[in-house]
Amino acid sequence: MSRRPGTPMLEIKGLKAEVAGREILHGIDLDLGAGEVHAVMGPNGSGKSTLAGVLAGRETYRVTAGSVAYLGEDLLTLAPEKRAAKGLFLAFQYPVEIPGVGNLYFLRTALNALRRSRGEEELDAMDFLTLAREKMKLVGMDPALAHRSLNEGFSGGEKKRNEVLQMAVLEPRLAILDEIDSGLDIDALRAVADGVNALRGPDRALLVVTHYQRLLDYIRPDRVHVMAGGRIAASGGPELAHELEKKGYGWLQAEPPRAAEARP
Amino acid sequence: MTTQEAALRELTERKYKYGFVTEVEADQVPRGLSEEIVRTISEKKGDPRWLLDWRLKAYRHWLTMTEPSWSSVRYPPIDYQSIVYYSAPKPKKQVGSMDEVDPELRRAFERLGIPLEEQQRLSGVAVDAVFDSVSVSTTFKEKLAEKGVIFCSFSEAVRNHPELVRKYLGSVVPHTDNFFAALNSAVFSDGSFAYVPKGVRCPMELSTYFRINAQDTGQFERTLIVADEGAHVSYLEGCTAPVRDTNQLHAAVVELVALPGAEIKYSTVQNWYPGDAEGRGGIYNFVTKRGKAFERSKVSWTQVETGSAITWKYPSVILQGDDSVGEFYSVALANNHQQADTGTKMIHIGARTRSTIISKGISAGHGQNTYRGMVKVLKGAVGARNYSQCDSLLIGDRCGAHTFPTIEVRNPTAQVEHEATTSRIGEDQLFYCRQRGIREEDAVSMIVNGFAREVLKELPMEFAVEAQKLLGMSLEGSVG
Repeated sequence: MSRRPGTPMLEIKGLKAEVAGREILHGIDLDLGAGEVHAVMGPNGSGKSTLAGVLAGRETYRVTAGSVAYLGEDLLTLAPEKRAAKGLFLAFQYPVEIPGVGNLYFLRTALNALRRSRGEEELDAMDFLTLAREKMKLVGMDPALAHRSLNEGFSGGEKKRNEVLQMAVLEPRLAILDEIDSGLDIDALRAVADGVNALRGPDRALLVVTHYQRLLDYIRPDRVHVMAGGRIAASGGPELAHELEKKGYGWLQAEPPRAAEARP
Repeated sequence: MTTQEAALRELTERKYKYGFVTEVEADQVPRGLSEEIVRTISEKKGDPRWLLDWRLKAYRHWLTMTEPSWSSVRYPPIDYQSIVYYSAPKPKKQVGSMDEVDPELRRAFERLGIPLEEQQRLSGVAVDAVFDSVSVSTTFKEKLAEKGVIFCSFSEAVRNHPELVRKYLGSVVPHTDNFFAALNSAVFSDGSFAYVPKGVRCPMELSTYFRINAQDTGQFERTLIVADEGAHVSYLEGCTAPVRDTNQLHAAVVELVALPGAEIKYSTVQNWYPGDAEGRGGIYNFVTKRGKAFERSKVSWTQVETGSAITWKYPSVILQGDDSVGEFYSVALANNHQQADTGTKMIHIGARTRSTIISKGISAGHGQNTYRGMVKVLKGAVGARNYSQCDSLLIGDRCGAHTFPTIEVRNPTAQVEHEATTSRIGEDQLFYCRQRGIREEDAVSMIVNGFAREVLKELPMEFAVEAQKLLGMSLEGSVG
């Protein structure tokens, strides 16, 4: 396990959240430091995607207790676009389609919105195109997709690659990947993982939400958290993912939650 | 209050940008409509005898008609005796050059973003500005005259080109056509006229800005465009009006004549005052627009309808000549309490006539948007083809979208296709955009512009940009 440098980038304490009056998250505690990659695993319905959505500010979720500090600031009071401006990025499990809005046009609009909110100058069309081309190469994206409508008619793999492209261009501090591996064949998985790995760095942190251990062969996590029934049932090093691969998720429901391992 | 609600409140309370009133002394006729009023208007305009007779015929016919009630729009009964049918800025002397235009009036147009001199100098767009009932000035006349293109106010055309006006006036929209067209024929006071001679490609876009200023005034302008054989012309119109609590009636008639091999492209960006967020005030936009297409000619309508309390218009094409083409590209937006009932009629008479209809309806707030269209293929229209696509986009859950397509085919060789979709701007789309750092209003504007892209790209460049901004502006505060 890697050392945890400085203050955590993300501190989640006792987080509870509900959807339409039903509590989904029953108290989540999780610390993520700069430079780290954490995986959140767990069976369907365990609350993984809810956690990702709450962190990004999806309004269908209501936070009922707990706190989330991001770079020392209260994340939960910020509007989704403010969170984005502060460097939080969510790669969606189901990226939306927007007919008639060009893929790169969308991306440039997003990049310039972020730059404006940070008081930086906007990129003009030419500079943006240069940047986008370079990043498209990095994630191995078909250039033909650049000017199609956002995600419209994209295959599952193309959509996921497009999420990684956006991430590569927007260069977030904290990226949350929600089942970025779902529906990908092995080649696409490798390409997506390469794109993600290229973004790892000492100032950045990644929260990788996945159902399968397979993705973690390509994106090596520093820590693995296993969610079950809206709680973190276990936390450990990368070996925990392998253990799950062998034993499945069944034992989690059977055993009482392991006390979170001793953490510094 | 959530941020969405706050944004909603802030934005819906934003004022209509063009809602100012200009203090110009006006020469008005008394309220109400009678044969006397028609004669007075005719006299003020200095009409020739034939035109007075034509007006009177229309007026008498109008008396026998009843207001149509088949559309989906709802409004309290209009009192036709409380309307002022003629209002002109004073002094009424002839305007010879730009310098002679009333400075107050010129300022009004500058506030609308139409500095006439600037237009004249820089943009290469010939502008005719119609203020209340009369045409204020037409720029670029000489340059057009070199090519033999006539572009002037309707009154001038009646004076200087009576043979052309007499030949084509009412040839596409007869005075008996419908209630509002008959009313217009009786009382119309001005409008624009364009004639492009044989084989001439008009060297610039022709453009008219319409402005209703005086209170309780109806605006009844008449536009007639004739493209002679093989001629090409692109024409744009823009419309605004001041903010008023009462409704104002706008009943215009536009006639297009495309002679063999000619092409007319007619683009509208309509931004009449839509009324406030509670539905008070706004323009009733009851307009008849129709083109007649002779052999191998083409009539193309593009409209972006964002304003007016009520829009009732169906720009149509009579495909009379063989191999003629009709097009209708429309974006209609209904926000707050706006009602839009719009669409087109494509009447296929000639052989191998083709028509395309692309309609994009956007509804937000309590807005009600109706597409009403007719594709009629007559017996002789061998091999006629039509393609229609009607898409609706809903924003929020209190608005409505309705589609009433009518298809009548009397020739078995015709091919008619109709597609329709309805979609909603979803929470998911908005959240996705916001997660990428794009503010909600900007996201809505982007999604709507994407939805309307097929139509917007038909607009001349400088108007397309304006229309895009207008769509965004008209929708601000529609989510929440």
